[in-house]
Amino acid sequence: MELNDLYRDVIIDHNRHPRNFGAMEPADATMEGFNPLCGDRLTVRLKMAGDRIADIRFEGQGCAISTASASLMTEAVKGHSRAEALALFDRVHRLLTDDDAPNDQLGKLAALSGVREFPARVKCASLCWHTLASALQSADPRQLPAVSTE
Amino acid sequence: MKNIALDRLPIFDVMSVRADFPLLARTVHGKPLTYLDNGASAQRPNAVIDAVDDYERRHHSNIHRGVHALSQEATGMYEAARDRVVEFMNARSRHEIVFVRGTTEAINLVAQSYARPLLKAGDEILITHLEHHANIVPWQLVCEQTGATLVVAPIDERGVVHADAVESLMSERTRLFACAHVSNALGTVLPVRRLVAAAKARGIVTLIDGAQAVPHMAVDVRELDCDFYAFSGHKLFGPTGIGVLYGRESVLERMPPWQGGGDMILTVSFGKTTYNSLPYKFEAGTPNISGAIGLGAGLAYLGGLDLAGAHAHEHALLGYATEALRSIEDLRIVGTADDKASLVSFVVAGVHPHDLGTILDEDGIAVRTGHHCAMPVMEFFKVPATVRASFAFYNTFEEIDRLRAGILRARSIFA
Repeated sequence: MELNDLYRDVIIDHNRHPRNFGAMEPADATMEGFNPLCGDRLTVRLKMAGDRIADIRFEGQGCAISTASASLMTEAVKGHSRAEALALFDRVHRLLTDDDAPNDQLGKLAALSGVREFPARVKCASLCWHTLASALQSADPRQLPAVSTE
Repeated sequence: MKNIALDRLPIFDVMSVRADFPLLARTVHGKPLTYLDNGASAQRPNAVIDAVDDYERRHHSNIHRGVHALSQEATGMYEAARDRVVEFMNARSRHEIVFVRGTTEAINLVAQSYARPLLKAGDEILITHLEHHANIVPWQLVCEQTGATLVVAPIDERGVVHADAVESLMSERTRLFACAHVSNALGTVLPVRRLVAAAKARGIVTLIDGAQAVPHMAVDVRELDCDFYAFSGHKLFGPTGIGVLYGRESVLERMPPWQGGGDMILTVSFGKTTYNSLPYKFEAGTPNISGAIGLGAGLAYLGGLDLAGAHAHEHALLGYATEALRSIEDLRIVGTADDKASLVSFVVAGVHPHDLGTILDEDGIAVRTGHHCAMPVMEFFKVPATVRASFAFYNTFEEIDRLRAGILRARSIFA
């Protein structure tokens, strides 16, 4: 286990300067995610253009892994369709949990691969993705309760 | 913070005590283990490990009802552990010592068996703002069941509970007062003697959550004069899954059993069941026999230590850690009461507690990060989580130096 592998420059940068951070009014979908283990709490807001994520913003408080992961996620899914975003979630999930997961097609998200060496931190990195998946469903337009990683 | 007379410390021989705790010798991620999570669970001395091992290998059987040799041996060992607890807490008799799974179960027992049959709508239960969830939720449950109200006494910005503020909330509606002896999230020592006396003067029954207190100070339930006192074995260098509810005999006598089953009865027929005497009325089913024996062995081990020296050493560790951490830029200690047990809760600006915990772990340093099952405390201090370093008498000043170096390293990663 290498700390440098967990806290790569990309992670440190996105933690310090999270992209697409802040409120969005009005949003087409709003979903809150909560990790009761560490108190991480974030809200993901979407503006949809048909099936496409026209805009996405998040806010909340969390550790560096959680904040950077959310920031990287917003950059990665903006402009993409619902199906593309969910397929990316699937690839990120494999990256976080599977040692043999491919690193390609992930762009900057590949910086999260160090997390899998720290099992206690996988939930930090995946919270935003679970929240996004739920937000996409709620934009569907069914309403679902808040997300929890517990 | 009180000044610590460092020159008086070598009286307590930490290195020889450390040799009694085999786990402390291991490494984590290639570094010597620095175990600073004693508030969550303390390590066990050989005395406890060996006692449990001896019981499992040579004496195990079910207790109380067997006429054969093993059952009598196991019963003798289990009940001898109870006698150790009587002595440890200075209870009046073994009738007052109920073995439970831990502090949480002890408080739930009191909530359901003492409070629930008694409470009516309009009655009040009084607690404080710094309680562990285990001393909040059982009361919320019983309030929902009975229509009673949970009243919460305030803390101040240093994490201190002021006796005047608590007393002003005690009224003729208050049926029970429950509070921590020591706050698990902040380290604050509460003025329990005064609070118990104030409650008693008003006829209010008292419960003290001693989970964080018994490892750090002598507790005498007769001197304290509380009606209930609860603690867990594993925070006191014993096994998990065993704990103690002390109850004043006259109060326990009035309470109905909590759980029904074997061992808590004298006779059973389908028409009527006669309950067993104290404390067995509250010990339905086969108990955690090896856990109780391990706890008893732990108490015997503690009895052989220079406990006054151990407590003085812990206090010196607290003073040293407070100074060492306070000198770190952007570090804020959460909970700054004058009277604290040996733990420091803190946050570092720009470094989330969870990240700090991971970075310290890489250095072999075990601390707790999170809300410490005290979310109202986190909310009061407006932090989502803290890092908590909690000390036992086997910790050293050098370990605190390592903690400080680890925090500085984390700051440099996020700088």
